Amino acid sequence: MSRIVVVTSGKGGVGKTTTSAAFSTGLAMRGYKTAVIDFDVGLRNLDLIMGCERRVVYDFVNVINNEATLNQALIRDKHVENLYVLPASQTRDKDALTPEGVGRVMDELHELGFDFIVCDSPAGIERGAHMAMYYADDAVVVTNPEVSSVRDSDRILGLLQSKTHRAKQGETVREHLLITRYSPARVQSGEMLSMEDILEILAVPLIGVIPESQSVLQASNSGAPVILDKASDAGQAYDDFVRRFLGETVPHRFLEVEKKGFFKKLFG
Amino acid sequence: MGWFSYFKQEKAGSAKVAKERLQIVIAHERLDRNGPEYLPQLRRDIMEVIRKYVAITDDQVNVQYEKGSDFDVLELNIALPDREH
Ligand SMILES: Nc1ncnc2c1ncn2[C@@H]1O[C@H](COP(=O)(O)OP(=O)(O)OP(=O)(O)O)[C@@H](O)[C@H]1O
Ligand SMILES: [Mg+2]
Repeated sequence: MSRIVVVTSGKGGVGKTTTSAAFSTGLAMRGYKTAVIDFDVGLRNLDLIMGCERRVVYDFVNVINNEATLNQALIRDKHVENLYVLPASQTRDKDALTPEGVGRVMDELHELGFDFIVCDSPAGIERGAHMAMYYADDAVVVTNPEVSSVRDSDRILGLLQSKTHRAKQGETVREHLLITRYSPARVQSGEMLSMEDILEILAVPLIGVIPESQSVLQASNSGAPVILDKASDAGQAYDDFVRRFLGETVPHRFLEVEKKGFFKKLFG
Repeated sequence: MGWFSYFKQEKAGSAKVAKERLQIVIAHERLDRNGPEYLPQLRRDIMEVIRKYVAITDDQVNVQYEKGSDFDVLELNIALPDREH
């Protein structure tokens, strides 16, 4: 079976699309045939972050409504092999997504031999978010070190274990916590919730910490997922996250303030 | 503990408050979603009845629902206002 992974958060603007783009690219770079689906119907953006916005002809809703075949709608990624993007519709609303329609697309992707299906969830807990998580085997819960994001993540964790297909079969969705936009300097000065604080509150296994980084904006400006920027801290942190997801043991990085030479001598 | 770590502690800022507030609100929300659907309404009804007799605020009433193996427990805790002397 294809492994279906939802990238979700509840709160908006925390880095779901950035993460979906980096994650799917990282999986494909390692040879896995991967599809990444934009569930944000009406507010398509994954195409821009993946740099394929000018090649969108058909979208996810067209496939659900049998107005196009899956093969017609899937966009082959230009950066890495094995990666395909299924864009969201700009013109429909989220009611176009139904459990039957989404389920049929998942089955077809499986038949096409996809190893991974990454679902980029919209914000909120309404239909779009519900449909994005419905068939998930795994959930990457994206959380910023900030009160409303942590609270919304807890809300989403509750929904994952009650409203999904797996939950209804009496099974569980595997949960992975991904903390993004982390600023070690602000954590150290006590202005920002630390990774340990968030873990203590949410009690979900940590799969990665992505630092706040200028490279993310650069990546979205150029339409190349940040994981391709191998020199950047965020790119490296996303790469570590993908390796952990695939079962490797990789130590966490970028959690400490980089010590200045002087302090290093004094306290290091 | 050197002067540096002392300095660090002094700077402890709003993150501590954030953590405490989150722990409380999330604990409440988890109880609500694990309990029966009528729980929030039950809490409001109980508040209303109690308010007929004493003035209490929302955080003085704590309704907890716990699932046990044989039976579930609904626990009701009401902190009454200070006695007047
Ligand atoms: N690690 C990071 N460092 C700096 N900026 C980041 C980081 N991650 C995300 N951002 C920025 O945060 C903004 C929101 O990111 P993104 O679009 O990925 O969030 P989202 O959760 O998909 O939002 P929405 O809920 O609207 O779908 C973008 O401007 C992005 O560049
Ligand atoms: Mg998004």
